[in-house]
Amino acid sequence: MDKITTPFCPACHRPGHEGVCQDCQKWEKTNADLLERNVAVFPYNEFNKELVARWKYRGDYALLEAYKAHLQNVWLASGFKGKQILSVPLSSKRLHERGFNQSEAIIVALEEEHISIFERSHSEKQSKRGRKDRMQSENPFRLLHPVTAPVVIVDDIYTTGRTVRHMASLLKKQGCPSISSFTIFR
Amino acid sequence: MFKTVKKYLRKDFSWIPPENPTHNYSYLTGKLLLRHEIPYEDEKVDQLIAQSILIKVTSIESYPWGQRCRRCGNTKSYLFAKMPNATCGQTCLYCRSCIQMGRVIECEPLYYGSSGFEWPLHEHPCQWDGELTIHQQKAADELVALVRTGSGEKLVWAVCGAGKTEILFPALTEALKKGKRICLATPRTDVVRELLPRLQKSFPGVNIQALYGDSPDKVGDAPFIIATTHQLLRFAHAFDVMIIDEVDAFPFHNDVSLHYASERAAKPKASIIYLTATPRKKQKRRIRAKHLPVVFIPQRFHGHPLPVPQLKLTPTLHRFLKKGELPPKVLQQIVYQQQTPRQLLLFLPSIKMAEQMAAYLKERNYKVQSVHAEDSQRAEKIQAFRNKEYRVLITTTILERGVTFPSVDVYVIDAGHVVFDEAALVQIAGRAGRSPDDPTGDVIFYHIGKTDEMLDAVESIRYMNKLGRKL
Repeated sequence: MDKITTPFCPACHRPGHEGVCQDCQKWEKTNADLLERNVAVFPYNEFNKELVARWKYRGDYALLEAYKAHLQNVWLASGFKGKQILSVPLSSKRLHERGFNQSEAIIVALEEEHISIFERSHSEKQSKRGRKDRMQSENPFRLLHPVTAPVVIVDDIYTTGRTVRHMASLLKKQGCPSISSFTIFR
Repeated sequence: MFKTVKKYLRKDFSWIPPENPTHNYSYLTGKLLLRHEIPYEDEKVDQLIAQSILIKVTSIESYPWGQRCRRCGNTKSYLFAKMPNATCGQTCLYCRSCIQMGRVIECEPLYYGSSGFEWPLHEHPCQWDGELTIHQQKAADELVALVRTGSGEKLVWAVCGAGKTEILFPALTEALKKGKRICLATPRTDVVRELLPRLQKSFPGVNIQALYGDSPDKVGDAPFIIATTHQLLRFAHAFDVMIIDEVDAFPFHNDVSLHYASERAAKPKASIIYLTATPRKKQKRRIRAKHLPVVFIPQRFHGHPLPVPQLKLTPTLHRFLKKGELPPKVLQQIVYQQQTPRQLLLFLPSIKMAEQMAAYLKERNYKVQSVHAEDSQRAEKIQAFRNKEYRVLITTTILERGVTFPSVDVYVIDAGHVVFDEAALVQIAGRAGRSPDDPTGDVIFYHIGKTDEMLDAVESIRYMNKLGRKL
């Protein structure tokens, strides 16, 4: 497994990119200062797509075990430790299908504690939608309790950054001072 | 206690319900499915369960010392893992061995579909107008008799290019006439792809489906199924006639779960036919002990002997291969070969070497392509070679069997490599001289020292030719 190495986008960890990438510049124009930064561990390449398919879609929960050490190293280096950790919820239908929540599985692998303060309505899988469709998607989340401490959202993949920003916008509105995210893949 | 141990050690399928009520759901019949693989709403499924058309069975058998996954037969403790299951709220065991086909987890059942669907009777299913040779006919008759009896097994030991597929035709015809369900399983995807059009042409009125990893067809609701052995993981007591092609090939040969699945996929009373050109030691032992009836076809359908490999010592081979090149002697042979009308099949031990060699020969202006297991364009490249769109095909053992090119010479580079065992070398040699228009071909093994495997391969080819001459 090749970890993401320099150069990468300082804002979202996109590998192979000097300076802030176009995606992040666009986000700055539309939703400035919403997400502080994203830290990712591995590039989302062909090999890792297979891996995610096996882990998340086929449901091989134990697969994450093999990457635990890598994840923990990057987690410690990221400086996120100590922040309030939030998991990304699944709709109840999706959770029933998969049997586990991938975001919570990662938090378990990091040996951290989290709080779940979001709810999600059922919608088409992000991975089945095109970029344009995703960017215009309605916010499927509902914030149940406001938080006033700095938070980090843990998820499996950062592709367009739409999901975490959906959550971040709700948090911000309720007065959360700082929101970052931590993902395995970028 | 003794009973449980016995049940664990032997493949036990007594958990599959013996009664099979008739129904009209061709998709469900003889299947072993996960809930999400059944395309009906819960209500409909409950109704089917009430009618015993679907039957829930435990998915993972539990013993005091371990488990067995009922879909793939896995018993290895390191291929089971636990996960906190959000659906039932407990930590549940699941099987990692067959996870690629969806997760089998202990708290969820598998659904067995009654094999009571009635398949249509075909009056004259076979439109093939070729003729069998005497030896082929003899074997074909024995297989027809086996299908008529309705149970038992038989090994067809036929040399490469004996026309194994055609030998099956009378038996297939017999089965389709009686409305029996047939499965032709093989370990190789390429073989499935090649067999489908051939069989469709010969049996035009029959619904034949091909199932493999990324096949367009995934349903498996036909009376005649051609599938890779992996696909059998979704079947249980489904087939009256089970044909396993290339029983000795990777991955079937060494994979317990595929043996488990293929045994389960056949009905308790089924005719089982094994086809091979190179039986493994275990099968040979069963033949010698007279536990496995065998039909032997030592001659190719065109009556010419098998090409005997020439072994050529090339001491500098490894030195050149390291640089991604070929020794001058081998290169000269290729230059010479390229002046003949025959195409060239070049076997190399690894994917990396195959690609290097393709680049090396391309530099020298040969029309070359390489194919290997991870090549997404594999099927297209093989077809293009068959259409004679290019002259040299470089490959790994992936093309050692099942594929037919009319007129080729075959060279094996570094034949002493471990991947080339006796069976592989016999199969590779069997790629040459398959067409009656060009019944010979040069087979050359380049090596840096003869191995037992090479000698055994030559020995066994000579032996078959000797038997063939006696006929």
